[in-house]
Amino acid sequence: MKYSEKCPVVCKKAIAADIFDIRLYSPRITAEAVCGQFVNVKAEGFFLRRPISLCGIDREKGELRLVFQVRGKGTEEISRLREGCLADIIGPLGKGFDLSDRNRKAVIIGGGIGVPPMVPIAEFYGRNAAVITGFRSAGAVILQKDLEKTGAEVILCTDDGTAGMKGFVTNALEKCLEKEKPDIIYACGPMPMLRGIVKIADENGIRTQVSLEERMGCGVGGCLVCACRTVKDGREVYSHVCKDGPVFEAEEVLFS
Amino acid sequence: MSALETVFAGVRFKNPIVPASGTFGYGKEFEDFYPLSRLGGISVKGTTGSPRNGNLPPRIAETPMGCLNSVGLQNPGIDHFIAHELPYLKTKDTVIIANIAGADIEEYALIAEKLDKTDVDMIEVNISCPNVKAGGAAFGVTADGAAAVTKAVRARTTKPVMMKLSPNVTSITDIAKAVESEGADALSLINTLLGMRIDIKTRRPVLHNNVGGLSGPAVFPVALRMVWQCANAVSIPVCGMGGVSSHEDAVEMMLAGASLIQVGAAIFADPLAPVKIIDGLEKYCTDNGIDSISRIVGGVMPY
Repeated sequence: MKYSEKCPVVCKKAIAADIFDIRLYSPRITAEAVCGQFVNVKAEGFFLRRPISLCGIDREKGELRLVFQVRGKGTEEISRLREGCLADIIGPLGKGFDLSDRNRKAVIIGGGIGVPPMVPIAEFYGRNAAVITGFRSAGAVILQKDLEKTGAEVILCTDDGTAGMKGFVTNALEKCLEKEKPDIIYACGPMPMLRGIVKIADENGIRTQVSLEERMGCGVGGCLVCACRTVKDGREVYSHVCKDGPVFEAEEVLFS
Repeated sequence: MSALETVFAGVRFKNPIVPASGTFGYGKEFEDFYPLSRLGGISVKGTTGSPRNGNLPPRIAETPMGCLNSVGLQNPGIDHFIAHELPYLKTKDTVIIANIAGADIEEYALIAEKLDKTDVDMIEVNISCPNVKAGGAAFGVTADGAAAVTKAVRARTTKPVMMKLSPNVTSITDIAKAVESEGADALSLINTLLGMRIDIKTRRPVLHNNVGGLSGPAVFPVALRMVWQCANAVSIPVCGMGGVSSHEDAVEMMLAGASLIQVGAAIFADPLAPVKIIDGLEKYCTDNGIDSISRIVGGVMPY
């Protein structure tokens, strides 16, 4: 089932410039949500909801964790939600990541605001994962402690070298592959980053799942606005990020 | 008998609320929220003779109290609809309205002929899609074009035919009269209003199609006015739509002359909007001692 509900904000923190971390009490959505799915959040005074991926699914507490960036006036309005406010959300929506075998070796890659949905994957794999995260500079770095707690190997990159290693996540991925080839790669972040990762993964024959983003309408597959180019049965078709994704097998996605 | 039961163009609806074409896919996605049998009917995604991929994204832009879309009739084609979507929908105890579109008159006629042999309840003919290059709104913006499509479809089916009109015209009542005279059983209006947004940082239109159709609460007063004008201009029933997002809006539409209501963009903001409107209408009837909602149709008392 999918639920439309107003759920209490348990806590809210600013964790970097324009990046907020909120926890919502929603036992029903939490019970059914899987990693890689999203919720569609109402921004008071705005017509369309804002899709935000799940950064945490705490079944014991019945809490969802959302880490999101203020990108415009709608997300700015959502960032004003405070402890005790009710957040109007619909979820869980979309298809999540394949987390069927925690004994696989995984490389998990997030770029910028693509990092939050990677946290629960790292929790799933723990020591069997290497997590590579990339940010513009030290001021934008988020969620490193959360990732370190999972037991995964955590590799931080910044474009300008002000934190972690200087360079892109693709440089770090190549280094990882020199040591050991994983069974699967998971990635979420800007399109050029995903394109670079998928190229490397292809060359090495590694299955990759990517989480995509597109402007959405209904969020449930009714309006068909969030189209992305994919290949199915040898034919190019527009799939829809909200319903067919946001997680896709990289081999299905046309990145060019 | 429920106060909401409605007979429209000879078809019995358990209530007058129908999710609008293009906002509800082929219905399945919404079964995660409520049984489709709650709905009066479903106007399914606009379907063409062959599969269509639709326009390049981005296909949506938010606007004050609404949005622009430029999907461009992405759909799997009429044969797929008849073989794979319709049989399933027909098990859902709700009226199924096929929404059809064509690039030329023969395409419309051919789709209507194919549907005539099915157990679809009604055909809504989209002569008003603003997001496709050929066909679509091209027919809907002239009385001659609208009449020609109506005539061709009418000749190939005995199903109730409802023509969906474009608001992007100088005189919508002329078009309403033209389709009535060629044998349309009903009208539905309005489709979206053509609009545009520009990203001031990139100086690019927000929509890849540059322009798109405006819908949502912002268009409601325009839709209401056009429904009122058309309902007064023709004697066939009118299905009103355009920005309806509450049961109060639905009541206004009915007072203006609509006997059936479609709910569109409101579903983007709230997938449960249609059932909330149905519940609201039930309560409205109870609270006001109305034994049949159809009694309020056209009940506005203009100055």
